[in-house]
Amino acid sequence: MIKAKNVNFYYNDFHALKNIGMEIAANTITAFIGPSGCGKSTFLRLFNRMNDLIDGTRLTGTCLLRGKDIYDKSVDIDRLRKNVGMVFQKPNPFPKSIFENVAYGLRVNNMGDKKYIAQRVEESLIASALWDEVKDKLKKSAFELSGGQQQRLCIARALAVSPDVLLMDEPASALDPISTSKIEELIHTLKEDYTIVIVTHNMQQAARISDKTGFFMLGELIEFSDTKKMFLNPEKQETQNYITGRFG
Amino acid sequence: MNNHKKRSERIAFMLFRTLGLLVVLILFWILGFIVYHGIGAISWEFLTTGPADGMTSGGIFPAIVGTLCLVAGSILFAFPLGVMSAVYTNEYAGNSWVVRFVRVMTNNLSSIPSIVFGLFGMALFVRALGFGDSILAGSLTLGLLVLPLVIRTTEEALKAVPYSYRTGSLALGATKLQTIRRIILPAALPNITTGLILSIGRISGETAPILFTVAAYFLPKLPNSIFDQVMALPYHLYVIATSGTDVEASRPVAYGTALTLILIVLLMNLLAAFLRKYFGKNVKHN
Repeated sequence: MIKAKNVNFYYNDFHALKNIGMEIAANTITAFIGPSGCGKSTFLRLFNRMNDLIDGTRLTGTCLLRGKDIYDKSVDIDRLRKNVGMVFQKPNPFPKSIFENVAYGLRVNNMGDKKYIAQRVEESLIASALWDEVKDKLKKSAFELSGGQQQRLCIARALAVSPDVLLMDEPASALDPISTSKIEELIHTLKEDYTIVIVTHNMQQAARISDKTGFFMLGELIEFSDTKKMFLNPEKQETQNYITGRFG
Repeated sequence: MNNHKKRSERIAFMLFRTLGLLVVLILFWILGFIVYHGIGAISWEFLTTGPADGMTSGGIFPAIVGTLCLVAGSILFAFPLGVMSAVYTNEYAGNSWVVRFVRVMTNNLSSIPSIVFGLFGMALFVRALGFGDSILAGSLTLGLLVLPLVIRTTEEALKAVPYSYRTGSLALGATKLQTIRRIILPAALPNITTGLILSIGRISGETAPILFTVAAYFLPKLPNSIFDQVMALPYHLYVIATSGTDVEASRPVAYGTALTLILIVLLMNLLAAFLRKYFGKNVKHN
């Protein structure tokens, strides 16, 4: 689904990603772990070109999505972002009703009529395990929901436009343990329909939910392998040190 | 030592409170003074008829209409222009030297004395563009005057919208324009409205910019088009207080005019508070 080759990324003079290559298969969950500032979020944001919003950045190498270079000049960035959804660290619902939050992506992408939108909103809220909690208050402001509910709303919002890939940038780091476990369960069920890439600070989380794990350090991809192998029998000494908590 | 700290704490608090109250006191004194002298002059007739007897009696209806025309005209001009340039500098232009230059110039513009705007308006709109003394010329001049205020308050309103709304919207495949139109402007609307009302208050009270561009000394007839002259409340007040036919005899009319002007601005502010609340009910930021 996703393939990165010789990716180098710079914030002005700062070399943030160093020669990274990775392949991510469809319908898998891939976790990125590593100490703060190691480049894992930067790498994640390459796939929906959110890094484009930052001034003074530069990229070399190629990022392919379904075999197509997403940094090619002919790429329609809005369409790319519709196909590669993103959930952010802090829940960021819009100042709109619960319904309108989920409908937003459908509206801006001109996807379907009123009936279809209503149906898609319901499906997305069901898929994000939020429907039962909000079905009677769809017109209420999204800000009336708890932090965990808001994050699931943001997931529903991302699912509504039927993306192929879902990028998650520490989606549970601002949430309490109960909300976190709900999100983790949810991510697990979403795997059937989506390719998920998740950045996390929490190694147990990576171990619990992911199929593959990439360990980043100082802008380099130190190790990328099956999660089980990575946590039981890492190849590199740095990985061993990090997951056993010797630094980071 | 401890005692000493407590005492200075108390003294400081007293000082701040006294100064705070002093400001309120001055405001109420001015208001009370005008209400006391002006309330007697205000009547239905005063508000709905034109001046009579060399402006020593009668009403101020033409001046009220004139001021409302000028407020409407200048807002129609300054508001879209100001909001759009604020959207440009804040959302599109990044932080290039062009934007910084525009910002510095906007701030400079706002510190130009209003009489200079009046003279500029006369030179450009009245003379060069040939609008003559007219609502159009006056509105454009007043519009230029409040443009910096509109731009600055709109920019502040846009800055107060969390950046995460923008990333959230763009990440769903929305274009920049869709993000601005559907998310950012609605979220900023309550604060933009506040700026609008501040502008209206400023416009309704300005005298110098309309002096040479629109204001009529005495014109009981209501305007037919935007190329007509009108009377305006602040200028009318200035005229009857300084150079009317009989300044002493016009005093009640003058205070009545002042009170009317204040009431109009007050009403606008109340309306603003209401609109702010109305637009703001869904837009409380997390």
